Amino acid sequence: MVEKPKILLKEMGSSNFLFLNAPPFRAGSPVENMKEDISSLLVPGKRVKIRTKNGLSLSGLVLQRYEIFDPNYITLKLDNGYNIGVKVDNILEAEEEIVEERKASGEFVPETLPSEVVSKKKIHIIATGGTIASKIDYVTGGVTPVLKTEELLEMVPELRKIGEISSEILMSIFSENMAPPQWEEIAKRVYQYQQKEPGTGILLTHGTDTLTYTAAALSFALGKLSSPVAVLGSQRSSDRPSSDSAFNLIAASIYASSDICEVAAVMHGETGDSYALAHRGTRVRKMHSSRRDAFQSISSLPIAKIDPFTGNIKVLRSDARKCGNELLDKEIGKPNYKFSDKVSLLKFYPGMPPELIDFLVERGIKGIILEGTGLGHVSEQLIDSIKRATDSGIIVGMTTQCIFGSVNLNVYSTGRLLIKAGVIGLGNMLPETAYVKLSWALGNFGYEEAKRILLENIAGEYEERELPSYFPMWKHE
Amino acid sequence: MKKESSPHTSPCGSMSEVSDVETSLNWDHIGLKVGLEIHQQLKTERKLFCNCRNTLVEEGPEVIFERRLRPTRSELGEVDVAAYFEWKKGRIYEYHAPLLASCLVEADEEPPHSMNKEAIETALGVALAMDSRPVDEIHVMRKIVIDGSNTTGFQRTALVSIGGGLEIKGKKYRIQTICVEEDAARKGEEKDERISYVLDRLGIPLIEISTAPDINSPEEAIEVASWIGTLLRMTGKVRRGIGTIRQDLNVSIAGGEKVEIKGVQELEILPKAVSFEAMRQKKLLELKEELYRRGLKKDDIVFSPIDVTLILKSSKSKVVERNLSKTKGKAYAILLRNFKGLLGFELQPNRRFGTELADYARFYGDVKGLFHGDELPGYGITEEEVRKIYDSLGGDIEKDSFILIIDEEEKALKSLKAAIDRIKAAFDGVPKETRSILPDGTSKFMRPQPGAARMYPETDIPPIPVSDETLKRALSLKPPTPEEKKRFYEEALGLNPSLAEQLIGSEQQEMFERLHSRLKGKVDPTTIASLLLVHMVSMKREGIPVDNLNEEQIYESLVLLSEGKITKEGLPELIKLLSERPNAKPIDIAKSSGLLTMGEKEVRDIVKKIISENAKVIEERGERSKSLLMGLIMKELRGKAPGSLVAKLVEEELKSFIQHRS
Repeated sequence: MVEKPKILLKEMGSSNFLFLNAPPFRAGSPVENMKEDISSLLVPGKRVKIRTKNGLSLSGLVLQRYEIFDPNYITLKLDNGYNIGVKVDNILEAEEEIVEERKASGEFVPETLPSEVVSKKKIHIIATGGTIASKIDYVTGGVTPVLKTEELLEMVPELRKIGEISSEILMSIFSENMAPPQWEEIAKRVYQYQQKEPGTGILLTHGTDTLTYTAAALSFALGKLSSPVAVLGSQRSSDRPSSDSAFNLIAASIYASSDICEVAAVMHGETGDSYALAHRGTRVRKMHSSRRDAFQSISSLPIAKIDPFTGNIKVLRSDARKCGNELLDKEIGKPNYKFSDKVSLLKFYPGMPPELIDFLVERGIKGIILEGTGLGHVSEQLIDSIKRATDSGIIVGMTTQCIFGSVNLNVYSTGRLLIKAGVIGLGNMLPETAYVKLSWALGNFGYEEAKRILLENIAGEYEERELPSYFPMWKHE
Repeated sequence: MKKESSPHTSPCGSMSEVSDVETSLNWDHIGLKVGLEIHQQLKTERKLFCNCRNTLVEEGPEVIFERRLRPTRSELGEVDVAAYFEWKKGRIYEYHAPLLASCLVEADEEPPHSMNKEAIETALGVALAMDSRPVDEIHVMRKIVIDGSNTTGFQRTALVSIGGGLEIKGKKYRIQTICVEEDAARKGEEKDERISYVLDRLGIPLIEISTAPDINSPEEAIEVASWIGTLLRMTGKVRRGIGTIRQDLNVSIAGGEKVEIKGVQELEILPKAVSFEAMRQKKLLELKEELYRRGLKKDDIVFSPIDVTLILKSSKSKVVERNLSKTKGKAYAILLRNFKGLLGFELQPNRRFGTELADYARFYGDVKGLFHGDELPGYGITEEEVRKIYDSLGGDIEKDSFILIIDEEEKALKSLKAAIDRIKAAFDGVPKETRSILPDGTSKFMRPQPGAARMYPETDIPPIPVSDETLKRALSLKPPTPEEKKRFYEEALGLNPSLAEQLIGSEQQEMFERLHSRLKGKVDPTTIASLLLVHMVSMKREGIPVDNLNEEQIYESLVLLSEGKITKEGLPELIKLLSERPNAKPIDIAKSSGLLTMGEKEVRDIVKKIISENAKVIEERGERSKSLLMGLIMKELRGKAPGSLVAKLVEEELKSFIQHRS
């Protein structure tokens, strides 16, 4: 246990207790000069002893502060482990202390596990960002990604039992910064790896915010797979004991060593650590900003349910694509991994001005996915602009902002007007999936082909039968 | 086991008996030093990091889910030892999340909200009362705790002030730090690897006050703890009841080690906990001496387990049978030369050195327990079997001892290793450890003391500057010290010293303050205080349900008194009746039970009536019959007329009666 800060006290004047273990303040010292001395000491990484104007005597390590924090304070890590902020104006005196080597004592380094590999299945982890596997610096609180496979296996030793693990870092970016060029890069890398090491299951670690876009992108770009591809992330970063990252990594590895040849997002199934779900990459959506089980199949059923503790994987869909017949399949090995950045996803809202669409047209957009209301509607005001867009060769597809359910442009007159204006109803394809699909279609094919492909169910993006059980049962009492 | 008086079987010739130690330790002489860590739940409206109500619930809808926790690694590859072993045990935590008192934050499904200002200000108010200096900027930290009591795997805690102190009987006790932290979940059932917790308590704000190790006796420990407890209650912002205040302590004696003892909930246990720990350290130092006296060295203790499964294979002992029937169940023993009697050496009442070894074995190897030579034969293990174990270990039954663990092979070996390490540590005296309190004031090993790797910043909450405005509000919440308050009660309100003392920090104090201020001096403070602290307390003791009363009823009753509608004597009677009719209006009950005071004319009529009934006595005794009459009349009028009025009228009527007669 680290000693608590040493604080002595002494009776003085009206105040009962005062803190005195620093040399007495030299009365009349020019404060200006002292300020300068101090500022050179108060830099991150220095161990200092500080005396404050309100009578505190503190010693600790100066830490780096985040840029957004108030610059008028320094962060001090006290010997008892606590951080506090000290106002620079409140510092009377500061002196440097001899820095002790950081010791590894008191804590414990667990024994490394035997390196025997139980399973012959090969699993390759491609990291793109997020903190699914990271270590923490207990001093600064900073989190660094784990770079080496060995370290990863030390953190999640269970992985050894599932397969022979290898890993690489392809990129390290926040998922909100992912864009079509990154989808291309990722798809290319996955395809190359599968060519080089056939049969290897792929784990793609990803920040969670746009994870489902990338999952959909891979679903289209990679075409028919020769081995499973799991995209996963963590909703609780791995610097905390309650992180879901190990759970998701184990579950995704189980999926990656299965015989389901589809791109799936593998994440927590419910709030507890009981089971994970493998969701079809084109039907999954992040439905909550923070819950572990945020990822759910919408108007659909997950491909499989996985128990990370027993290794059991239960296939939930009869149409789950099995690995094994890839040699007979001519389409294997012909990925189309280009994505167009000339596609836009627009959410209609009451009062939306038609100029928004005109603007996109002027900017040379090639495709627009609309998120309409209800069965797929926008206000009549927009229809002329939409018509001008389709007339000029822009593909306009309609999805629903209700998220659940299908669009149907035949029911109301606005829908019929939209059809007349050239809008393509996209059934129950999710808006985000439709956006990714149109970007992919326009990236690889011409106008007519892209239009045709948009309506074709090529990666399970259309749920052909929507069952009553596909809508969540909200609890009201 | 045969008891002989060879030098080795009378184990601790020079060592004192546990019972003497308890009564005869001279605290100054052994250099006792104690520091307290007092944790008190705050009565804020909301929890510390979310908008849930600060309350415990016994009923209502709940969501149940299961989680596991996994130790995190520092960049040096280190993990918290206790965290690691909890994880190795494969613990499953079953959380019960009551919807009335927990949300996604407690379920670790949503980042924490900003820190509750009311809690910070209350804590800073307390800090100011002890002259502790608020920090300039508060940083919330995460302290790793993976026993499942926090869904996150860490406790959020923030240091809000440093230094300060208090003074009792002329002695000063320094305060080191004051922190605000979140309380942990309530532990429910524990069954094998499954532990359940209720999330209502998780996130309730706690103030943690740590004193310097300036306490030098068990009596001082209780004085300091109750002084701080009283100060905290003086804020009017603390929760009450069992479990709402908890003390951890660190205790050391000269030559010993600073040992942390966690979880003292009742103040009465505190002095016991201190003296039992002082005793334990003293006994461990004696044990160390004895080890050297016997010529033993640390290096003599080696981890050399011998498989004794065959000897115990057909044992009739239930424990042995059960553990050997596990897959890979094995019995391993290690000989301890020249150790006879040392494992049975008592360190605390009913806790022997062998008990300590067993605690270590449980923690590190997750076994149920450990046998040692000093307690066998026993537990169904026969003398014959014990002899065979000695033989196979090559030991002398008269001089040597052994430790024995029967469990799955890996567990058995791991836990024996832990026990051997603990025996080695005995050569150094007292190991630095964290212990948990047991109901009788003794304690058991909980974990090694955590290192700095347990604490790192809570990155989800930006630092909170302690602004002038915050300090101003803190100052307005600053409680008076118990001494200041007592002086106020005595000097300004005229309470007698014992009533004032009783009121300070009592459960009734807040109600007293409210009633007194609402009544604006129309009822004497002593009357209010004695109603709450004397009459109602004794009614409660008699089984009268005074807890049913609401404050409004008490207030209205006091108003009746101030208006002269009931008498001082009638007040307790009215309260008694009201407590049985919780929704009734005091005026109605006073009316229907005849507690309303009578007018002067009515009283005079009764006085006259009684005087005339007792004419004979009066004729005999004259003026001297006054006290007799007074008694008779009060009997009839008690609670209906103030005694002073009755006395005045008796005086007048008696005079006129006597004059009339003569």
